[in-house]
Amino acid sequence: MLQARKNRLWKLIVILFLSAGGIALILFSLNSKLDLFYTPSEMLQAELKSGYRIKLGGMVKNGSIKRDGTIIKFQVTDFVKEVPVTFDGIPPDLFKEDSGIVALGYFINGMFEAEEIFAKHDENYMPPELYMEEDKV
Amino acid sequence: MITAFIHQFSSAKSFVNITEKLYPFFLIVGVSMLILGWTWGLLFAPQDAVQGNSYRIIFLHVPSVIFAELIYFFMAVCALMHLVWRVKLAAYLIKSAAPIGAMITFIGLLSGSIWGIPTWGTWWQWDARITSTLILFIMYLGILTLHGSFSNLEKADRLMSILVVIGVVNIPIIKKSVDWWSTLHQPASISVSGGSSIDPSMLYPLLISVIGLGFTLIALGILSSRSYIFTREKNKKWILEHV
Repeated sequence: MLQARKNRLWKLIVILFLSAGGIALILFSLNSKLDLFYTPSEMLQAELKSGYRIKLGGMVKNGSIKRDGTIIKFQVTDFVKEVPVTFDGIPPDLFKEDSGIVALGYFINGMFEAEEIFAKHDENYMPPELYMEEDKV
Repeated sequence: MITAFIHQFSSAKSFVNITEKLYPFFLIVGVSMLILGWTWGLLFAPQDAVQGNSYRIIFLHVPSVIFAELIYFFMAVCALMHLVWRVKLAAYLIKSAAPIGAMITFIGLLSGSIWGIPTWGTWWQWDARITSTLILFIMYLGILTLHGSFSNLEKADRLMSILVVIGVVNIPIIKKSVDWWSTLHQPASISVSGGSSIDPSMLYPLLISVIGLGFTLIALGILSSRSYIFTREKNKKWILEHV
């Protein structure tokens, strides 16, 4: 390879390394701040000041949904710890037990008061018949 | 040897000659596969057990975001060719691929937002996947703006290429964002190693749509790069012979 080309290639490699390194440093320092939500374990561990709007994410615990008029109460779990959630409103259609959610609201005295609820769905796609069969197994 | 190879296939003239014959092939195959993939996906593929019919936007969303990333990667390879080997054609290709990349990234973001409303219950959350894809869209626009802001076109080509190389760091971040951080977006359904968590009855039309969109975008890219080459090299002799 021509010397001039070699030099240009090296310059380019240096540019790429510096830009990757800089962005990596930013991402490492932000680290968990780039997470969209707290898991129940993280929320109970972190000493959060009430009055800050935060997000809680996890699975809706099986058998925990209780409805009272428009008020819905349920437990969000990461299969280690649980946080009770209350929500007054209409949740998305995909909100159901044993399914992932993200709740936006306030954590007050061990209780999460949600203003908004978003449903997560997983990466599996299958026709209803297969889904029923899998449930039976 | 590599230099000889690059120079043989890198003249704008041979590109124009080769693509003239390839263009109808990519367009016809691309559009017909898109029609096949979308008709199959939208009308004949089964409903999803969890999401019902709303999952069907996957046949637009997934192909779009795949090419949003692939086009950027292609531009980065071109930037390398332009900066190291001074291949002019490579810069022309970046300049004409960027608007297509911006368009398809926008379609990816838009279809994702539309999909989010019935499933997530929100059209936008600042999670790592959505935000890094928005950054990709802004990168495309930035690349075009940077190129447009110089009257010296050679300088514009070079600086644009450097920006493309810097921005390529974002591509693995988009890919891994759903694994590195907690997001509203679900993890990948199809892995590069060939695994898939999509039922074959939905996967086949999806793959056909991906290939169809790929070919259609190549045809679009040929059109846009040819017209750009004609404006950039309008004073060259071979252009006059061609026209």
